[in-house]
Amino acid sequence: MQSNLEYDLQCSAVKKHFGSVRAVDDVSLDIPKGSFFSILGPSGCGKTTLMRMIAGFESPDSGDIRIKGKSVVATPPNRRNVKMVFQHLALFPMMNVYENIAYGLRCNGVSKSDIRLKVHDVLERISLPDVASREITQLSGGQKQRIAIARCMVLDPDVLLLDEPLGALDLKLREAMKIELKLLQHQFDTTFVYITHDQSEALVMSDNVAIMNEGKFVQTGTPQELYHNPAEAFVAGFVGDNNRWSGKVKTVTNGIITTETKAGLTIKGSARGDVKPDVGGVVSIFVRPEFIAAKVSAKKSGKSNANNNTIDGLVDSILFNGANSRVLVRDKVGELIEADVILTGGTDDLKPNDPVRLDWSPDQTMCFVG
Amino acid sequence: MRATDIKRLSLYLLFAPFALWILLLILLPHAGMMYISLREKVAPRVYEFGFENYINFFNEPIYWNTLIRTGSMSLLVTFLALLLGFPIAYYIAKIAGNRSRGALFLMCLIPLWVSDLIRAFGWILLLRETGVISSSLQWVGLIGTPIEFLYNDAAVIMGLVYTVILFMIVPLVSTLDGMDKSLIEAGYNLGGNGPTVLRRIIIPYAMPGIVAGCIVVFMLTAGSYLTPILLGGKNSSWFTEQIYDQFITRYNWESGAAFGFLLLAFTSIAVWLGLKLSGQTLNSTVADT
Ligand SMILES: Nc1ncnc2c1ncn2[C@@H]1O[C@H](COP(=O)(O)OP(=O)(O)O)[C@@H](O)[C@H]1O
Ligand SMILES: [Mg+2]
Repeated sequence: MQSNLEYDLQCSAVKKHFGSVRAVDDVSLDIPKGSFFSILGPSGCGKTTLMRMIAGFESPDSGDIRIKGKSVVATPPNRRNVKMVFQHLALFPMMNVYENIAYGLRCNGVSKSDIRLKVHDVLERISLPDVASREITQLSGGQKQRIAIARCMVLDPDVLLLDEPLGALDLKLREAMKIELKLLQHQFDTTFVYITHDQSEALVMSDNVAIMNEGKFVQTGTPQELYHNPAEAFVAGFVGDNNRWSGKVKTVTNGIITTETKAGLTIKGSARGDVKPDVGGVVSIFVRPEFIAAKVSAKKSGKSNANNNTIDGLVDSILFNGANSRVLVRDKVGELIEADVILTGGTDDLKPNDPVRLDWSPDQTMCFVG
Repeated sequence: MRATDIKRLSLYLLFAPFALWILLLILLPHAGMMYISLREKVAPRVYEFGFENYINFFNEPIYWNTLIRTGSMSLLVTFLALLLGFPIAYYIAKIAGNRSRGALFLMCLIPLWVSDLIRAFGWILLLRETGVISSSLQWVGLIGTPIEFLYNDAAVIMGLVYTVILFMIVPLVSTLDGMDKSLIEAGYNLGGNGPTVLRRIIIPYAMPGIVAGCIVVFMLTAGSYLTPILLGGKNSSWFTEQIYDQFITRYNWESGAAFGFLLLAFTSIAVWLGLKLSGQTLNSTVADT
């Protein structure tokens, strides 16, 4: 890997062990200038440790970290131009908003009049021009969030690290902040590295996402790639909702795999991932709810592709959630299958105990060995 | 109705010991002392109301010099205890692991397991002319003749710092304990170096604990008796010694009581000034520690 000024942040083969725990294991990444990069993984997979190494609070056991092409492994945290928004924000409670934002500028020896200009400018940019003299405790959750970002951005960092900054907010605010963060990133045109265990945050905001599990990067790509072409069963299961089965391969013809699940369903799917399944092998099968069409059995639509999977069942329950409504269908072996439905409020809507036929294409059925 | 009555009664009962304690041990004796201090002796066994005991204090330089000396030495002790106690408290609260923390805390408590008197005699054993330090230095050959380390201000200050440092460490540990480590990391991350983070973040955060610790230590030091007398000897000139002298040696209770109130007033004013200067209120320091 060459160091390149195109990249704001590069890690190569970074490792960190705590005793016998491999917190970060051989992670490499290249983050292009000005992009929004997310690291998505379950709790305890080593995200915070990786970020703390980038910020300089932990030193890697091996590997190299470069910022704008320059290795920073030997640079102390206060000399790295990487700023961090902490999980609980870490705003200084004994200083007011102005002093919080001015702190970093003062450390850099900026003159008083410049500090005043810059602080007011950055407050303007985060659309909180009037809070300079407020105490931290007088701010709302969303305002604190923005002040924490402003406190970093006023220093014009090469990379801004954000460690699950939305975790402490309530749902409504979290949704609003997702969009706001993305807009702020555009506006400041700075590289953001965003850590989260919440897939929807990562998918909505990011240009690129790395999926992390047990200290390793499993797959890196755009949100769409990860969602539609997961490289491993872990990615398929972790990103997005799924109906999930485990099955044995019966036949493989023309790229279509016919499998039988433990409960006795026959499902046709397509192989994903690097390893192709063999006849007799065990595969994990994933189908996204939005690819399953649920139609009332009585209405013969007849247009169904002969190759498609079709399963008859009874509606068990309706999970109404506006445009994201789902239906749970109990198939003949007694398992529940989740499918997206459109509920218009009319008489045609599915109701519990309606007989339905589920229909989906083998192309949308992802099979991974194992 | 009955339930609230019972509630109220139990509240009174719970409160009674505390009220009695305040009344019998603090208010009554002080009221008595106040009364005594305001009596002027005009003839044997004849008293009049007046401020003469207080006026005497200001007319006699040796009295108020002693008080000022006691006050400034106490300030020095407080400052030294803070200087030594802060790193220890910081280590216990923020650096030590969970297991060693308890042991370290216990070690700070050890001096309290031994009575004041025994502790002071321990120091004497070490510091006197024929004591451990003097004879070891002689044995090593650093000094030719025995040296007396006792009976000077340094010995008094050292002994006092040793006695009171725990009362500095405890409130400091409890405030620093509440500080999120990420505040310190944020301080570094935003470009601060060690001294900046200490000055701008750690100390301001610990201020309530610092002030609480200083108040306790200052009061304890200014009111201490045994350590200054035993380690400082006859000429230690500690104000409590003056009070003792008035009460016991001269049997002049009127003057002794007045001195007692002057000491109380002096320390109270010092504490009030300290709070004003540090921008804290008594409430905030008590609530935060
Ligand atoms: N300072 C540390 N000492 C020992 N183990 C640690 C330390 N920090 C993190 N770990 C361990 O490393 C693993 C990864 O932790 P972390 O990076 O915090 O995960 P995440 O942020 O993804 O939830 C966890 O198993 C955690 O217990
Ligand atoms: Mg974490």
